[in-house]
Amino acid sequence: MAQSITLKINGQSHTVEVEPDVPLLWVIREYLQMTGTKFGCGIAQCGACTVHVDGQPMRSCQLQVSRAVGREITTIEGIREDHPIKQAWIDIQVPQCGYCQSGQIMSAVALVDKNSNPSEEEIIQAMDGNLCRCGTYTRIKQAIYQAAEEVRNS
Amino acid sequence: MSSTLDRRTFLTRAGLTLAIVATPSSLKVLAMGPAATAADVFSPGPWLQITPDNQVTILLCKSEMGQGIHTAIPMIVADELEADWSQVKTEMAPVEAEYADPVHHMHATFGSQSIRHLYQPLRKLGAAGREILVEAAANKWNVAASQCEAIQGKVHHKSSGRSFSYGELVEEASSLPVPENPRLKDKSEFKLMGTPVARRDLPAKVSGEAKFGLDTFVPGMLYGVVARPPAYGAKLTSYDEQAAKKVNGVRHVVEFDRGIGICADTIDAAWKGREALNAQWGPGVEPGLSTASMDKYLADALDMSALEARNDPGVPAALRQASKRVHATYFLPYLSHAIMEPMNATAHVQADRCETWSPSQSPSGVQQVAARITGLKPEQIQVHTPYLGGGYGGRGATDGVHEAVSLSKATGKPIKVIWTREEDIKYEAFRPGYGHRIDASLDKTGKVTAWSHRVAGSIVHGRGRTPPFVDSGAVSGLRDLQYDIPNIKVDYIWVNKPIPVRPWRSPSGSHNGFTVESFMDELAHAANQDPVEFRLKHLQHAPRAQRVVELAAEKSGWGKPLTGAEGRGIATYYTDEAYVAAVAEVSVDRKTGVIDIHRIVCSVDGGPIINPDTAEAQIAGALVMGLSAALKEKVEFADGGVKSANFSDYHTLRMSQAPNIEVHFVDSDAKIGGLGEPSLPLAAPSVTNAIFAATGARIRRLPLTPERVLEALSRV
Repeated sequence: MAQSITLKINGQSHTVEVEPDVPLLWVIREYLQMTGTKFGCGIAQCGACTVHVDGQPMRSCQLQVSRAVGREITTIEGIREDHPIKQAWIDIQVPQCGYCQSGQIMSAVALVDKNSNPSEEEIIQAMDGNLCRCGTYTRIKQAIYQAAEEVRNS
Repeated sequence: MSSTLDRRTFLTRAGLTLAIVATPSSLKVLAMGPAATAADVFSPGPWLQITPDNQVTILLCKSEMGQGIHTAIPMIVADELEADWSQVKTEMAPVEAEYADPVHHMHATFGSQSIRHLYQPLRKLGAAGREILVEAAANKWNVAASQCEAIQGKVHHKSSGRSFSYGELVEEASSLPVPENPRLKDKSEFKLMGTPVARRDLPAKVSGEAKFGLDTFVPGMLYGVVARPPAYGAKLTSYDEQAAKKVNGVRHVVEFDRGIGICADTIDAAWKGREALNAQWGPGVEPGLSTASMDKYLADALDMSALEARNDPGVPAALRQASKRVHATYFLPYLSHAIMEPMNATAHVQADRCETWSPSQSPSGVQQVAARITGLKPEQIQVHTPYLGGGYGGRGATDGVHEAVSLSKATGKPIKVIWTREEDIKYEAFRPGYGHRIDASLDKTGKVTAWSHRVAGSIVHGRGRTPPFVDSGAVSGLRDLQYDIPNIKVDYIWVNKPIPVRPWRSPSGSHNGFTVESFMDELAHAANQDPVEFRLKHLQHAPRAQRVVELAAEKSGWGKPLTGAEGRGIATYYTDEAYVAAVAEVSVDRKTGVIDIHRIVCSVDGGPIINPDTAEAQIAGALVMGLSAALKEKVEFADGGVKSANFSDYHTLRMSQAPNIEVHFVDSDAKIGGLGEPSLPLAAPSVTNAIFAATGARIRRLPLTPERVLEALSRV
């Protein structure tokens, strides 16, 4: 049965009537119409639905909405516009179709917020779960290097 | 633009375009306002409108699916128009004939054609607008037009220093005739074209605000999901309508030509309803269809009766008189488009109109499907095309629209259909699998004297024709082989199987690049010649092809010692009016069979480049997609249908396997070419040729799985 569930997303409270086992992804996208978070596979293989839960990158397609209650959820819309990753994504002109890029950005933000000097191996480790069919991988790497440098210098 | 618009036509156009506005960014339908009057809009052609507020609006007949076309098109117009770039905006054009692609007369985006078809018309449109605005200013000042100059959104009177903004000239300009042959800018006068202009769609794609098809919401809409047959052609035997309707939130159960639709308040209720429906199906039309049966069929097909695509009379004699004969057989698997945004569409069918929202490469196709299903006229179908989360040929398919329109017609509600990833892989139309057999002759000097080629595959370019016939998707790049070979024979064997197929990025090049360029390498080695020299010798009539081969060789250090990598391979191709070549550097782990691609150096002559930054992205991106297919992709079949289910068993390339890619453009004034697809065919053969150079192992079947590499190594 549907329950009244309150979520804290990007610092704001949202209450929805939803079955507790529905993945967080669909609640964010279709119930709350915050569409920056994308659906790609539903089984944590592509990373398009990546959000931050209590600061950690997570695949929102794998988290039942009832288990997200009381936790700090951040979506692409909650990453500030002047975050070095978002800036670098524009500077390097990373996206092509753009569909996977919310997830790419969420994974990259989690990386550079923790590690402002990632090696290539660390970048690949953080980003290998995010598929891009347009093939923007080289620019993603460049943008992460640039953003990390920006973080180090600030 | 070829004739002067009469006032009535002009008013009609202006009125229509202002009434219906569907932008990828806003998806808003503006309220019908009063028809514009000539004084409100200056429109020297259907795609361009300038209004008194200095807004320059460019209407687009091309879908944005990542290629940057919503930046390139306005760059061309704005440059010739001398518009102020900050005052230029774009909107998707209504799906009406006058806004269509002037070559194929559709609103459709495929074949690396957007710039090829639109470059000259857009330049002429912008230039005509500039000339009229200058004339309008001259008229208002009562001076000669030659004393006036258009610069960045304003017309200046040189001697007096007076100026008018374009907006101030709208009324006067709209009363003037459109010149048939306006003066186009010289290349040296370009301000936008040829420069790396930032893409207009990227800020929204980085902030998360960009609206893709799946992001459509219509008041009162229900979610639609469809239960479809698990095997090709399987017939429905039973389902439990009542059980589905008992699921909380399920509103309608609709049997229709694609299966059984469930319409519900939420997407999760729709899925639960589909599960409760427990639809049962009979066997498919070919119950034994499997990966193994298709592999065997493609091999057997090479000996079946064929259709002639080209047959030069000298082939048999040249083969008989060969100094050396070389033959080889190649196989390529079925491929999924694996588009990151799964198939989806939203439709609202009403008594006298229908609206659709879908991430489509073919808004014209969407309109036709919706008109056919609803019985409405095409002009009653309002097609919205938001951003596409990838296309690659796959989003010319209209299955999502078919389902959404059918369900909306049946229920009277707006319906948003969403396919899961599993549905997107299982029910999509694939790049066909192919079998190739080539037989060629070399003379004493190492020149190829004959090339006889059999290719077996299903028809991808079959629209409206009854097979069998020779499919251009199978034989393009073969019957027009770019090498100097005096005798060529090409036979096509039609593979008639229930597996649906459609174009996949570089439809013919994605397989013919591999077969032709692998075989050229085999011939070079048979002739004891360097693969670059061998190609150059067979391209003497094609200086642009020679130039890209030389450039890729030069930039990659061909012939010089490698650092890190073990072998280099070259490939070259010509398609979509662009010449390309690439050198791959690889090493091969002899124990695991894992291939490491260190670097790919690519050269391109596609004529003038509108936006070098997006051009580079297209060339590199197509190479990555080609590498993904070469290394990883294969659709598996079982029990008469598709076995592959998701990215867990249909693998595409990840960052860890993506090499660094360098792209070098030839500075070229040749006829403008397409850039979205041409580099893709280079990926597989440059890598397999490099594997041969590194190990002596020739791999003639894709994908290059570690098992296959190890097997090839064991044969050396």
